[in-house]
Amino acid sequence: MNTRKIKPALSLMTRAFVLFLFISPVNADQKKDTKFYPWKIENYAINKPFGGYKGNAERGRKIVINRNKGNCLACHALPIKEETFHGTVGPALHGIAARLSEGQIRLRVADEQKINPMTIMPGFYKNPKENNRVNDDYWGKPVLTAQETEDVIAYLMTLK
Amino acid sequence: MKHKKLIYITLLLPCLFFNVANSTDLKSGSEYVSASTLEMQNDEFANPGMKAVEEGKVEFHRPGVNEKTCATCHGENGSKFNLKKIASYPVYNKEFEKPFTLQEQINFCGEEYLDNVPYVYDCVDLVEIEAYVRYLARGEKVNVTITKELKPFYEKGKKIYNTRYGQMNMACVVCHDQYAGQRLRGQVLSQGHSNGFPLYRLGSGKMTSLHSRIKECFISFRADPFDLGSEELISLELYLHKRGNGLKIETPAVRY
Repeated sequence: MNTRKIKPALSLMTRAFVLFLFISPVNADQKKDTKFYPWKIENYAINKPFGGYKGNAERGRKIVINRNKGNCLACHALPIKEETFHGTVGPALHGIAARLSEGQIRLRVADEQKINPMTIMPGFYKNPKENNRVNDDYWGKPVLTAQETEDVIAYLMTLK
Repeated sequence: MKHKKLIYITLLLPCLFFNVANSTDLKSGSEYVSASTLEMQNDEFANPGMKAVEEGKVEFHRPGVNEKTCATCHGENGSKFNLKKIASYPVYNKEFEKPFTLQEQINFCGEEYLDNVPYVYDCVDLVEIEAYVRYLARGEKVNVTITKELKPFYEKGKKIYNTRYGQMNMACVVCHDQYAGQRLRGQVLSQGHSNGFPLYRLGSGKMTSLHSRIKECFISFRADPFDLGSEELISLELYLHKRGNGLKIETPAVRY
């Protein structure tokens, strides 16, 4: 007769750790601040950062590539060599920071239609109330959060 | 005075030519796909959309509740069809006082003459019959006339075409008029004509009707799509067919 005890697949410590992961309050998705902070155009620029957030160029670079977030590559050519098929709809953004100030870039990322009403470019931090017939899943939210928009701007500022 | 008139005429002549050039500058979606895709479209054995056409042909010859088939009126293999009339859809229906798309006409015929239960708009069977009927008129030029009764629907479709929708805040006109031929990452933007519908999409591997393609566009720019077969989409379909007047019908087209 086999009296050997069956060992649990995971040790007690591992199970406790997995449980901790699930109930952990530091979940990146839950921490997202999707609130819209109103902005103002001064002299064709937005000089104050959205929601007072500070951008991170490295994270911004990932958002620029991500098809569900910024997806800037859909229309613009950018100095990102590992990605193929850059779009040809918009102008290339090499050296954009040498041509525009940070505030001017912020306005263009937030809502290019304030400068050119016929542009194809979506406003990535546009006032959600100005949008028409939005799907329920996206209603009342800008495309990017304030933090993500600042990240993208920080990345664009490195292109000198 | 005579010289002045001559000068005016010589100045105005190029304008006339430019206008002509612009109005004939329609490009079917097949001009934006790769050579191998176009080859696939033109070869009936290789064209994956032909399966739907064959299914539609079976539906066309299937007896309805009162034992009649579509072929009773329209002839075996649709031999009695007026192909020019197929190319002129959507047309105004006086009884219902609204534009009738080809699908609605097929559905109405089935209910009226075959005593069938009508299909749900844009369901698989109906799209297959539409594909078969349009396939018969392949090569025929799209020729929609906007009559006085159709005018309000046409204007409504035009308004929808030019209105921005969704979180991405995009309108049909922006992509398909201003940026046709440009690339969105790997995808080439076409002029957005309707002459190939219902068509086979290599990306999804499905037979796609015009309405479900427009719905996909709406979802991609995060808007609340219109219902299939709604008055808005039928008006838009009317506008799109009129916009592509003169292009040859390519059903079943193959697109990405």
